[in-house]
Amino acid sequence: MKIVVPVKRVVDANVKVRLRSDGSGVDTDNVKMAMNPFDEIAMEEAARLKEAGLASEIVAVSIGPDTCQEVLRAALAMGADRALLIQAEAELEPLTIAKLLRAIVAREQPQLVICGKQSTDGDANQTGQMLAGLLGWPQATFASKLEIAAGSATVTREIDGGLEVVAVTLPAVVTTDLRLNSPRYTTLPNIMKAKKKPLDKVTVGELGVEIRPRLATLRLAEPPVRSAGVMVADVAELLAKLKNEAKVI
Amino acid sequence: MTALIIAEHDNVSLKSATANAIAAARRLGTEIHVLVAGCACSAAAEQAARQHGVDKVLMADARHYQGGVAENLAALIVSHARAYSHLLAAATTFGKNVLPRVAALLDVGQVSDIMDVLAPDTFVRPMFAGNVLATVRSDDPIKVITVRATAFEAVGQGGAAPIETIAPGPDLGLSRLLARELTHSARPELTEAKIVVSGGRGLQSGENFKLLETLADRLGAAIGASRAAVDSGFVPNDYQVGQTGKIVAPQLYIAVGISGAIQHLAGMKGSKVVVAINKDPEAPIFQVADYGLAADLFQAVPELISALGQ
Repeated sequence: MKIVVPVKRVVDANVKVRLRSDGSGVDTDNVKMAMNPFDEIAMEEAARLKEAGLASEIVAVSIGPDTCQEVLRAALAMGADRALLIQAEAELEPLTIAKLLRAIVAREQPQLVICGKQSTDGDANQTGQMLAGLLGWPQATFASKLEIAAGSATVTREIDGGLEVVAVTLPAVVTTDLRLNSPRYTTLPNIMKAKKKPLDKVTVGELGVEIRPRLATLRLAEPPVRSAGVMVADVAELLAKLKNEAKVI
Repeated sequence: MTALIIAEHDNVSLKSATANAIAAARRLGTEIHVLVAGCACSAAAEQAARQHGVDKVLMADARHYQGGVAENLAALIVSHARAYSHLLAAATTFGKNVLPRVAALLDVGQVSDIMDVLAPDTFVRPMFAGNVLATVRSDDPIKVITVRATAFEAVGQGGAAPIETIAPGPDLGLSRLLARELTHSARPELTEAKIVVSGGRGLQSGENFKLLETLADRLGAAIGASRAAVDSGFVPNDYQVGQTGKIVAPQLYIAVGISGAIQHLAGMKGSKVVVAINKDPEAPIFQVADYGLAADLFQAVPELISALGQ
């Protein structure tokens, strides 16, 4: 079974982003970048399936400028066998990303695509579901447990109010939630090995996908800042404030 | 122009977030239809028909809509979508699962998690854990939208819209719901509670969350948690408040042993009053708290409990 894992390069989730002074976008100069945390979980799950003998090959795919090779090398160090960079300069919308991934699926013929449930920059939570829709494949989103058996996958999903278990036929798209696994730390030998693994490049044009934005961004703004209040000395003062000042209890 | 709201329900009753999605749709100035697809779901359809502002309810009743699985539901929505200018659902795990699939099948984009409606084609949505608010215009013929429930006050009841039964679509057989384990709690639901008590890594163990349960019960509050507490295995993911969990906006949010990581703040900074209890006076949570108490939670919380018990 071949697995495709899309990985995105994003601003490190621990960095509080700022807008450029002209409001034209997020200031990414000198900002730490990293693999989207949910994609790391996806990559880890694929690596574990391969180690368990359930997967034969893992192909990591990233879409963006040449700097995305960083996250592809990180994916190779985590256990991907090959990497593919779809070269694109513009910031692409999830629908376009899903169409590019569909073209990769047509080439690679995987049985499973494991995506992060959302990227921590765009926060859209769309790509995996869109890809599944375009392919006519089942989707098991927000997975916290994944079991593969002949021709199907049993997936435990995180839903509001608890968990549900679904069985999907393969091929399928699975998107990862937090508790699926804890991604490994890559070791130096694996980072060295990753440098020798194949990393191919392909252009959007070669994949025959038209880039047509559907959303126009009219304005970006930072939300109003919540100002710090007061420190209280003890529980009695806290309760007095909540009762008499805030009147919330 | 007509908007179609995809109802979230358990066949018997409508989930409250659907009433928030209807409220967002009313801001569009369009006619409003609600789709209730389920199995023996007439009670849920009747409840949808009573929501203020709803002009018509479409009900599709078939076994293969029982669990609300995305594949069958998306196919049904797509077969009716051409009659609509907007398709909306609440940005719950249900809406987030189904609507992007619908958008892709219609070859249109999706606007996720809208917080405001500026025009029928222009919306405000959060990015980067809510640290950037983007005003976006959708140029697609059908706008597919998920709605942040806490940003729109739920519509009330009192309407009496007609219910039209529509023919179910096919069972695609791609996915089967095997089991659903829902947490049963006497406490209010996290996203609807007036008071939320949340715990973080400072609680040190799942066992210690019992302290928060006692506090929550005294206040009639729901219990939440930071991602750190979920990652540490103290509580289920369903408790998680933040960028990758639930968005809450209660009257009172009490953060206990939570440092205040960016991704947590994204889920609670819309709360009216924020209280933080943390022994580290430098913790970032104090920067967004209306009332901060720098104290050991294992002393402060029992004190709070006993004071509230009087």
